[in-house]
Amino acid sequence: MKVRFWGVRGSIPSPGPHTMRYGGNTTCIEVRSDDGSLIILDGGTGIFPLGQELLKHLPVRANVFMTHTHWDHIQGLPFFAPLYIPGNSVRIHGGYDVVAGRGIDQIIDVQLQYSYFPVREAEMRGNIEYATLSIGVPVTVGDATVTPLMLNHPVVNFGYRIDCNGKSVFFTGDHEPWPNIYSPQDEGYGEFQQIVDLQQAQLDAALAGLDVLIADSSYTAAEYSTRIGWGHGTLEGNMAWATRLGVKQLVCTHHEPLRSDDDLERAFALALEGSGRAGDGAAATLLAREGLELVL
Amino acid sequence: MSALTPELERKLGAAVERMPAFPRSVQKILELTRDINCRPKEVVAVIEKDPVMTVKILKIINSAYYSLPSRITSVGQSVVYLGINTIKNLALGFAAAGILPRMNTAGFDIQRYLLHSLVVAGTARQLATQSARGEADPGDCYIAGLLHDFGKVVFAQFLPAEFHDALSHAVEHALPLHQAEKAVIGVDHGLAGALLAKRWAFSGELVDCIRDHHNPLAEPSAMMDCLRVADQVVRLREIGDSGNPWRATEAPAAPLRFGDDMEVIIVKLGSLDKIAEDAMMFAQVGKEQ
Repeated sequence: MKVRFWGVRGSIPSPGPHTMRYGGNTTCIEVRSDDGSLIILDGGTGIFPLGQELLKHLPVRANVFMTHTHWDHIQGLPFFAPLYIPGNSVRIHGGYDVVAGRGIDQIIDVQLQYSYFPVREAEMRGNIEYATLSIGVPVTVGDATVTPLMLNHPVVNFGYRIDCNGKSVFFTGDHEPWPNIYSPQDEGYGEFQQIVDLQQAQLDAALAGLDVLIADSSYTAAEYSTRIGWGHGTLEGNMAWATRLGVKQLVCTHHEPLRSDDDLERAFALALEGSGRAGDGAAATLLAREGLELVL
Repeated sequence: MSALTPELERKLGAAVERMPAFPRSVQKILELTRDINCRPKEVVAVIEKDPVMTVKILKIINSAYYSLPSRITSVGQSVVYLGINTIKNLALGFAAAGILPRMNTAGFDIQRYLLHSLVVAGTARQLATQSARGEADPGDCYIAGLLHDFGKVVFAQFLPAEFHDALSHAVEHALPLHQAEKAVIGVDHGLAGALLAKRWAFSGELVDCIRDHHNPLAEPSAMMDCLRVADQVVRLREIGDSGNPWRATEAPAAPLRFGDDMEVIIVKLGSLDKIAEDAMMFAQVGKEQ
């Protein structure tokens, strides 16, 4: 299995001299199973250059798994060129939106409204299919299986575990480890914490034997204290999580749009130093960057 | 068996979808959600006090879509599972359905009903904590108290003429309301509420409590005992009004589980003033004589 990063930035594309080394595109990850089946995680602006690359080998058969539908994870979708070419087929998988009361089938329809985009979905010539997923129920793609797990973000967000011939990778999408909404002195604190602990234990159990963890590491622990409830994780928190799970490799992604490459490396180095993981070798803990490829 | 035909049950279920919530919670949700920094626990505190909002959240989270291995029984669990922002937006959606009018053509006062439900809920939770530790979950007992009479609001909203007749029938014939409902509507609020709760895949224990809280022959689980004793104590103290004019004891006076002596239980429960005051403020009902 191969994993390639096409977009690693959170919130908004951030091109410019200060993001040259890690890249300014928003989330998109290409996964190739051992038999070459194409799995794409999210349609941030990184899906645009991926789409251009895919045009070299038509027809395209792609399975796109959307972690959630916030802008930075869907923004590139209308510019994913394979959607426009007859003979291609793209299956878009994702969750059910309980507030809108609709499945993932609304995604392009909503994005391509007349006022916001010149092309209608009906005019896209590729074959587009939708699959609204059930939590915990694996989907087969070629020789790989993709299992959606419910995580914590201000909208329904799935993390995806991909297993292929004994190797596995998990991408969180956007995820903040469940915070307790009560203060320790509140009556409901203990009860709520029990539910949180149970939820975390269930997630950890579902990630047993994982090889590679790709995790939303938007903030530093110091920044997090003023960003509780925004739905993102920290560098320090994910390093501790990776160590607890015993994964072989942690890849930190969803970099803050205002963080320069230098600042990102400084924050990462500081977190790594405090994590006790530095001795595991440079490959054990990485910062995601555009073009980074992992072979499992 | 049930005189609630599958067709009527389906209709009532669908009607609850559009059912407005209680005035205070709608107002509080609109107020809280105007502030981007509103505290999640405040939103939860509002939803937890509104039987309609609670029912709607539990209905979504327990729906087949999430196919959870175990039933979710509290708003807190729903918050962990769905995330507070999703819960907040769902609550805003519920608020948009308007507010329940205090009076309806059935002549059923929904605010005094809310007061009754809230105080039974708080008392059942306290009983579980004090006297049924390890046997009944205090949070589950709270929900059982909050929702035990849910069938009555559904009747008041969607079968107002029939429910009006049942309320009068109970007074005229000095009957417990659930017997009057059976005579007039053909089904009592316990069974109607339970059928809906079952349709929405609520936990089996909760369904049993809603269905059997007036049935002396039902197997008394610890949760049911907490609910029945709470219901009894609250009605004896005349806090709120469940629409039931009957004052005699229908449930076992004091379950063995709690030591078989109602006096002792009442003393141990202590003053319910704090629970009652909070509930009165929320239900927007003044002190009753």
